[in-house]
Amino acid sequence: MIEAQGLSKRYGKTLAVDDLSFTVQPGRVTGFLGPNGAGKSTTMRMILGLDAPSAGTVRLDGKKYRELHQPLRTVGALLDAKWVHPNRSARAHLRWLAKSNKLPAKRVDEVLETVGLTDVANRRAGGFSLGMSQRLGIAATLLGDPEVLLFDEPVNGLDPEGILWIRRFMHRLADEGRTVFVSSHLLSEMALTAQDLIVIGRGKLISQCTTDEFVAQATESTVLVRSPQLAKLRSALGQEGATLRDEGDSLVVSGMEIADIGDLAAAKGLTLHELSPQRGSLEEAFIQLTGDSVEYHAAVTTADLMPAGEVN
Amino acid sequence: MTLLAVERIKLFTTRSPLWCTLAAIGAVVGFAALISGVDNDSPATIAKAEFGVNFGLMIIMVMAALAITTEYRFGTIRATFQAIPNRTATLLAKTTVVALFAGVIGEFVAFASVGIAKLIKSSADLSINTGYEWRATAGVGAVYAIAAVIAIAVGTLIRHSAGAVSLLLIYVLLVESLIALIPNVGTDIQKWMPFQMAGMFLSGDPDPTNTTLNGNGPPPGSAGLSPGWALAYFAGFAVVLMVIALTTANKRDA
Repeated sequence: MIEAQGLSKRYGKTLAVDDLSFTVQPGRVTGFLGPNGAGKSTTMRMILGLDAPSAGTVRLDGKKYRELHQPLRTVGALLDAKWVHPNRSARAHLRWLAKSNKLPAKRVDEVLETVGLTDVANRRAGGFSLGMSQRLGIAATLLGDPEVLLFDEPVNGLDPEGILWIRRFMHRLADEGRTVFVSSHLLSEMALTAQDLIVIGRGKLISQCTTDEFVAQATESTVLVRSPQLAKLRSALGQEGATLRDEGDSLVVSGMEIADIGDLAAAKGLTLHELSPQRGSLEEAFIQLTGDSVEYHAAVTTADLMPAGEVN
Repeated sequence: MTLLAVERIKLFTTRSPLWCTLAAIGAVVGFAALISGVDNDSPATIAKAEFGVNFGLMIIMVMAALAITTEYRFGTIRATFQAIPNRTATLLAKTTVVALFAGVIGEFVAFASVGIAKLIKSSADLSINTGYEWRATAGVGAVYAIAAVIAIAVGTLIRHSAGAVSLLLIYVLLVESLIALIPNVGTDIQKWMPFQMAGMFLSGDPDPTNTTLNGNGPPPGSAGLSPGWALAYFAGFAVVLMVIALTTANKRDA
């Protein structure tokens, strides 16, 4: 369990994290969502005691990070897969980490096995691909068999196979009852990985709820209906109070459950050629929610887009 | 003990200690061999055998500074603080391990230099019996170890390899020698600078057999204190820098 209370971080004039309070529950994967520069990494560094908060506190199972005895046994964190000396082997990297928290040396081989790096354990970590580095970083988080796991943008730059592997891995960790906290700037990825969401923008909390709630709230769900008897269907649906919109030769219905639309059509003896749920894109919803809080907007004017030759 | 073991693993699972040892041997022992081989005008002495000690000192300081700046460069310092949140303890452990290693290299190169000089000039009296001679040989380890502490402190404060290494080398090679050029007060200031004190401990106050004649061999060290106190002064300087570095590292975001 991670509890943040009024967490703030100020760098000179900029407030990177602004009075952030949230709770991360055990047994679930919690996504930490926000656009680039929203303060996700800063928050994670404060959770780990690497950066000192300007105000507020963050506790892990009731304790501040710096108060933890042998912290790797409580918290495993992967903030950056490249935090490895490039000339040190994967095994040597894990060996010193294990030693620092008095973990048995055989744990090193166990976690290497878990992430599938046994064959390359003695190769220098500097030669690893991003996917392999990411696996090594995950192996390091697992060393102390911790209750709390933190991952900062773990799927960034990975191939689909790597993404799938990490996603499954996190679900497994949460199913074992651990607290899993994953940051990302991709809502579509989080919709598949996380059960709970903490959404921030410009360092401020935007929302904390389950992923399903967030997606349902953020995207308008409508039903697309196609029928050869569209006119009759339209009047029938209109009487039920549904909101209708024409889209080519089909009808977009909102404010009515998909099952009710089907039942209504059957009761009136109307033929349906299509009856399908429609969802707004997650990206659109995310941009809508965090729109005001993106730090750097791309400003593209028509002048920028005009071919150079046309300007006099 | 655990923290020392951690830092030992960290130091010896990279190649820098190996290269550093080889370079230090090449510089110090190599110079001893060179001087003994080419100098036929005056008898070989311990002072001349230890001619290359200052070259080794630079290499040791570069190695020690890199031991901490590479941790900042590659982010392993954050992994370290994550595993051991007590920053003072972990930085002191690193300092201890690197300083001990520097001390061992110092002792090795100092005695190996005497050994190689004896091999080349077998007739020369190179036995170590006076206080001066012991300081010039066995003292090298102590000076290297303290210099390593200074380099780690500077590395911790600066955090960038290039910056820390240039600052250290410019200070030791230029600042402490050029300060003597300031009119009237220059030499008085120089007498109280830390690396002059280290030189005073190693080669100051020579006994007659080791006094260099007609500019053959390095000049003896000179500073404002007797050799023993000079070493204490040098060590005190290292402690002060280390305290500043630890205070800063504890306050600063990693």
